[in-house]
Amino acid sequence: MSQGEIWTLSLQALRRLLAAGGTSSAEVCAAFWDRAAELDRHLHAFLDLRPRTAVLADAEAIDRQRAAGSALGPLAGLPVALKDNLSTAGWETTCGSRILRGYRPPYDATVVSRLKAAGMVVLGKTNLDEFAMGSSTEHSAFGPTRNPWDLGRVPGGSSGGSAAAVAAGMAPASLGSDTGGSIRQPAALCGVVGLKPTYGRVSRYGLVAFASSLDQVGPFGREVADVAMMLGAIAGPDPHDATSARVAVPDYSEALVPDLSGLRIGAPRELFGEGVDEDVRASVAAAIDLLGELGASVSECSLPHVGYSLDAYYVIAPAECSSNLARYDGVRFGPRAGHGDYVAQFSATRGEGFGPEVKRRIMLGTYALSAGYYDAYYDRAQRVRTLIRRDFQEAFQRFDALVAPTSPTVAFPLGSRLEDPLAMYAADICSVPANLAGLPALSVPCGLSNGLPVGLQVIGPAFGEMTLLRIGAAFEQSSDFHGRRPPMAVLG
Amino acid sequence: MAISAAEVRHVAALCRLAVPTEQEGALAADLGRILEHVQRLQACDVAGVPPTSHVGELGDTLREDEVRPSLAQDAAVANSAAARAGLFLVPRVVDDEAAQG
Repeated sequence: MSQGEIWTLSLQALRRLLAAGGTSSAEVCAAFWDRAAELDRHLHAFLDLRPRTAVLADAEAIDRQRAAGSALGPLAGLPVALKDNLSTAGWETTCGSRILRGYRPPYDATVVSRLKAAGMVVLGKTNLDEFAMGSSTEHSAFGPTRNPWDLGRVPGGSSGGSAAAVAAGMAPASLGSDTGGSIRQPAALCGVVGLKPTYGRVSRYGLVAFASSLDQVGPFGREVADVAMMLGAIAGPDPHDATSARVAVPDYSEALVPDLSGLRIGAPRELFGEGVDEDVRASVAAAIDLLGELGASVSECSLPHVGYSLDAYYVIAPAECSSNLARYDGVRFGPRAGHGDYVAQFSATRGEGFGPEVKRRIMLGTYALSAGYYDAYYDRAQRVRTLIRRDFQEAFQRFDALVAPTSPTVAFPLGSRLEDPLAMYAADICSVPANLAGLPALSVPCGLSNGLPVGLQVIGPAFGEMTLLRIGAAFEQSSDFHGRRPPMAVLG
Repeated sequence: MAISAAEVRHVAALCRLAVPTEQEGALAADLGRILEHVQRLQACDVAGVPPTSHVGELGDTLREDEVRPSLAQDAAVANSAAARAGLFLVPRVVDDEAAQG
């Protein structure tokens, strides 16, 4: 098979081709690496692409095992890209921040060691908004990633590099992290599949913390089956993360049946409201009609408190961020700045090392947690969060899953929201509820609006990933949106 | 909601963030607008509703009390901008008078 075709294939197609002897892991990894190196000049999806020789050495080791008849898992020999807030032993992990420039973690994140144990070959580390705080990847200290569908637009964020890499065929799959929509929103804006698992489904060990009660690692892929396979590889309890759930990991591939008979799906009207573009609403409505044709019973429902989600989120996430990012003091990692006493050096290091959005959130969180304001902001936000969780619990008494837009708009132009934090935060309006409630949510491509991808979001009850994957796979097999790729005129 | 430059300086000091004077105004304006937005939370009736402390079913995580491999000292300090003999170097935090006292 020619290199020219390999990059178009999904993990499933690549896996079958490898098993049939139609290609080698070295050929596959070389094809993706070469495309990544070529296109990254335009897209800047990667912060660091591993040396080609190192990638091929890993791939050839898998090829030798395959030739020797070793039992290999389904992901063995397939390439993957990692968001640069996932710790990689001995390999620079910057979180898109100057404050971690040069930091080489002494260990691999659990998700990284699990993918390596599955035989995946790591291509590189992908770009992100600094410390995963943002919705456009423009807050990376190392420059923005561009959307493969339109280089003048953002890929979404914060996992914009991981989404753009998969959309452009620079990697068949990738990992991101999702605190308020950072997997699903860029998946929607780049026209790929993205899954935020249930809080606790996947270990956070080695994921550099932003907001610990909301953060979750998850996969991107070209199709739902790919995301299911990736989830199976990374999910499950981890002694290094006490919040990882001791819940058995099912065989997610069993979810992939193209029939939705008997499923009850709710469409919460609050998630289709103000701020959602008419074109997005129309695409999602058409997708919901198709779910009905596939056998699901779909009806409108209400989550009465979900309208407070964005406000609760922009208190809770900055509060947790201000606490988590207190560790960046210039003592243990990263460059150290300033002179004088400890506090002067501490403050100067942070003043120079953090970008504007991270500073805003640290300040906002510190304010919300400070004496005299704690009850009005943080405590109240956590009570509202309880109400939002209860709304979902009640909805899941009646429904197996909920559907909504992933993002209220398609990809927006670079720079258009950079100076307006509230406009940027509004991009998360449909995605933050699932984080606040700790629920799994999937985004699948469901249409194009003026040539730009639209995502359908499917939210499930805790540990309901099987249902989400079933809905996503059935939808995908009955529509042709997931097969669409960015116009070649853009990418060459 | 108006946030003053003095409040910006106070919060910046609390979180150990050097903010240049010329950035105080813009930061105050941004924080004010965001805080104004989240004021909507005040309209939500939360009487008798407990705050969320965790979204999952968190139980105790126990294991046998046995020694396991952990980060070696040289690895722990390997990323530091200033380390010596396996220790992080930091500016002195106790002044001479206090040290002698």
